[in-house]
Amino acid sequence: MGGYGDVQMIDENGKRMDGRGPADLREISIETGVVPVADGSCRMIWGTNEAIVSVYGPMEAHPRKIQRQDSAVLAVEYNMAPFSTTDRMRPGFNRRSKEISKVTKDALESVVLLELYPRSKIQVNIEIISAEAGTRCVGLTAASVALADAGIPMTDLVVSVASGKINDIVVCDLNKEEDNYGEADLPMGILPNTGELVFLQMDGNLSQEEFKQAWDYNMNAASEVHSIMKKALTGGDSQ
Amino acid sequence: MSMSKSADAPHKVEKETGIVIPGDDLGEIKDKLAGHGVLEINGRFTAVKKGIHRVKERVVSVEPIYSKYTPRPSDLVIGYIEGCTNNIWFVDIGAPFNAILPMSLGPSKAEFGGARSVIDIGEAILCRVQEVEETHSSVVSMKGMGLRKINSGIVEQLPPHLIGRIIGKGGKFLSDLKSNSECRIVVADNGRIWIDGDLPGISNVRKIILELENKDFGGGN
Repeated sequence: MGGYGDVQMIDENGKRMDGRGPADLREISIETGVVPVADGSCRMIWGTNEAIVSVYGPMEAHPRKIQRQDSAVLAVEYNMAPFSTTDRMRPGFNRRSKEISKVTKDALESVVLLELYPRSKIQVNIEIISAEAGTRCVGLTAASVALADAGIPMTDLVVSVASGKINDIVVCDLNKEEDNYGEADLPMGILPNTGELVFLQMDGNLSQEEFKQAWDYNMNAASEVHSIMKKALTGGDSQ
Repeated sequence: MSMSKSADAPHKVEKETGIVIPGDDLGEIKDKLAGHGVLEINGRFTAVKKGIHRVKERVVSVEPIYSKYTPRPSDLVIGYIEGCTNNIWFVDIGAPFNAILPMSLGPSKAEFGGARSVIDIGEAILCRVQEVEETHSSVVSMKGMGLRKINSGIVEQLPPHLIGRIIGKGGKFLSDLKSNSECRIVVADNGRIWIDGDLPGISNVRKIILELENKDFGGGN
């Protein structure tokens, strides 16, 4: 992060490189039921990010040693397709995908009512088809939509958005250039109905005021994204 | 007048209020009760499933649009034998866990080691759920009217939440289908349908059933 300090990413009118204002989100569309064999699925396009999430289960947990007698286990697999980035990515697990799988699992575990399905497993596969910036947010948001589509009981959806700092200005929903050359990144996982937090990471440094600003941007964006998720799930057209 | 009116529809205060998603607020609790798919969170009803919001008498519930089959006692199910020991068959009933069919609840007694000669692995049976434990393991029984090994016809699989469409209002759709096709049709609660009859009849029924399923795709789900 940083080190490219002289890249001008926001002009004096507050317009960013892609023409957005500081608080604007990229375009989002969600479609459910895209994987017919899965119990629930969702395709989410967020700017030029694209994720496909499929949910299987609840089913018997295998091997037996991973079963929990009092609740289900949530198995989250985040994976980026080799063709999702400009440089071809080496396929398969790496440290980054392992970390994102873990934080996504932890975030989802706080909303899914796992105790209703003892000894079972719920499998969530997040596949990033096209990556720009903020794929962990897209993956987590899309996973909660796919879980709801699969009829899995959960107390709330999870909306995940990131804000960050570029050229000392806090902006919402970073794109690739802003993420690469910006100074900070703050992805958050928010429960839209209660405003509770289930996921928070910070990359780079933010002052207290900047943090508060980024927090507000994320909270406002969460309700915006939530209405798109709701439309997609209730059968209305996404967008 | 008013009395006869109430006799026509006793307590039929059912309200449908559209599709809700997890986390949606379903109003104050007051004297109401939480039904399926509803939880009390912070003193208010909250939906925990995606489905149709219903208020019937005092019960607030969410009827899920899609859900996996979860066995309940006395459900009629069609299962496939997945394995067996000397006195137990393991039956796949489309639920998260296999059910067991003990020899004592099976169709007939077998000699020690002869379980496979009574029902072999891979065969389909029509059975009834006897009990379901808290851990979701269940026991099925073949003791009862009409419960049998399925030797003829075909078994078709539908998502369990769609079987209501095949049965229709008051069972009308199913009875029409039966009389038109002259087939024996058994709709099990786990979404499997046994169709038995002559070949044109079977393929006709199968076509109608698959059309019903495809109507769903792209719509609500």
